Amino acid sequence: MKARLPLILCGVAAASLQLGFAQSGNMTVPKSVEAGSAFSIQTTGSGKATLLIVGPAQVLRRDVQLGESVSFTSGSLYNAGRYIAVLEAGTTPETETFDVLAATKPSELSFLAKPSRLPVGLHDAITGAVYVFDAYHNLITVPAPIAFELSSPSGAAQKHVVQTRDGEAWTAMDSTGQQGMDKFAAQLGGISSVRVVTQVPGDPCTLKMSAKQSGQQLQLSTDPVRDCNGNAVPDGTIVTFTETYRGASAIVDVPLKRGIAAVDLPIHTGATISVASGVVMGNQIGWGK
Amino acid sequence: MIKTLLVLTSVIAASTGTGNTQPSVRVEPTSLQGPRPLQDQTKEAVIRDYLQSWKSFSAALDQNQPGLLDADFVGTARDKFAETIQQQASAGIRTQYRDVSHDLKIIFYSPEGLSIEMTDKVDYDIQVIDHDKITATQHLSARYIVVLTPAEVRWRVRVFQAVPE
Repeated sequence: MKARLPLILCGVAAASLQLGFAQSGNMTVPKSVEAGSAFSIQTTGSGKATLLIVGPAQVLRRDVQLGESVSFTSGSLYNAGRYIAVLEAGTTPETETFDVLAATKPSELSFLAKPSRLPVGLHDAITGAVYVFDAYHNLITVPAPIAFELSSPSGAAQKHVVQTRDGEAWTAMDSTGQQGMDKFAAQLGGISSVRVVTQVPGDPCTLKMSAKQSGQQLQLSTDPVRDCNGNAVPDGTIVTFTETYRGASAIVDVPLKRGIAAVDLPIHTGATISVASGVVMGNQIGWGK
Repeated sequence: MIKTLLVLTSVIAASTGTGNTQPSVRVEPTSLQGPRPLQDQTKEAVIRDYLQSWKSFSAALDQNQPGLLDADFVGTARDKFAETIQQQASAGIRTQYRDVSHDLKIIFYSPEGLSIEMTDKVDYDIQVIDHDKITATQHLSARYIVVLTPAEVRWRVRVFQAVPE
């Protein structure tokens, strides 16, 4: 009798454990799932239960029948991240961890390009940074080649291919020698994002003026003002004429009009006239010397 | 030059509903991609604002209050968390996230200065409360990729995503 009691107790305990297993349920969760793809979680046991999928970026709740497979259709779970699956059955819920990975196919490039306007002929002055996202706005962290291209209206193009790291890639481009509206594009797998970069002429490269007498006035005018790449400096750029006579100076600021600056000054025999724009000095004229 | 690891004791309490303990914070030496130098002041601000974002994220998901996200999240991250809160409310659950430790590394400062990307190997606890009953408590470790962008007076989290190690 004494020998039978432990056996009976063991049997009851085993039956209880088996019964408990059936009531609490169990589940098999995939280690990882691609965002937006269909997947299933296999449960064991019997009876009804509740399955929760919980993560910072998404939460799902399903009433499930233990012993059956719980199917999640494509598009059900689409935000990448680490999730826990909680099977609420009986007194001891079961918890499993799994990852939802960003889809491999890119859908969107977040492209930051700067500046939108700059002078021609500057080294590494245009920068672009890209973040790659899938259709569910998940950052795709698998390395991928981003093709950056800066093309000018003349057809000249600079191309850089940069591999993403942790979902981002960046590059720097030179502004070209020609003014105009350039297109700065980032491309990956048929997805592209384009920004317009306006390249404007740089500072004047040289200044040359000539003088002509007209009655009691001296007509001064510059040649067409260009930058060092031959682009016309924009109208409105200030050109300064300075006339120095017997120790006194008269200074006149004139904006460029149609590419040249012109002004009339009173004639003083022996005067010296100079011209400048920004940091660029032009020629000097000594009148009547 | 290899710098020694800087170990910071965060002064920011993780005031989630599960406790008032402070997460330990370790900041690894910065190894930046990109030409833009990162000033110490910027680095400190980014880390401070990111750690603060864990507080508001935890509170928002604990209380199912999306408005608590506004100060620290923007764009995709804010939209996703707000959607989660809506789903939690519909499902009758709330969640308590408590960050235990952070191992941070700033990896990218975009050339124009409009985004900073960093990684965070974070240990945290999550507690699921289903109709006021705690149904699950889990300790998790994950590597997060975080992208922050500057706002008026702070950096806000725009991307917040756990990725496999």
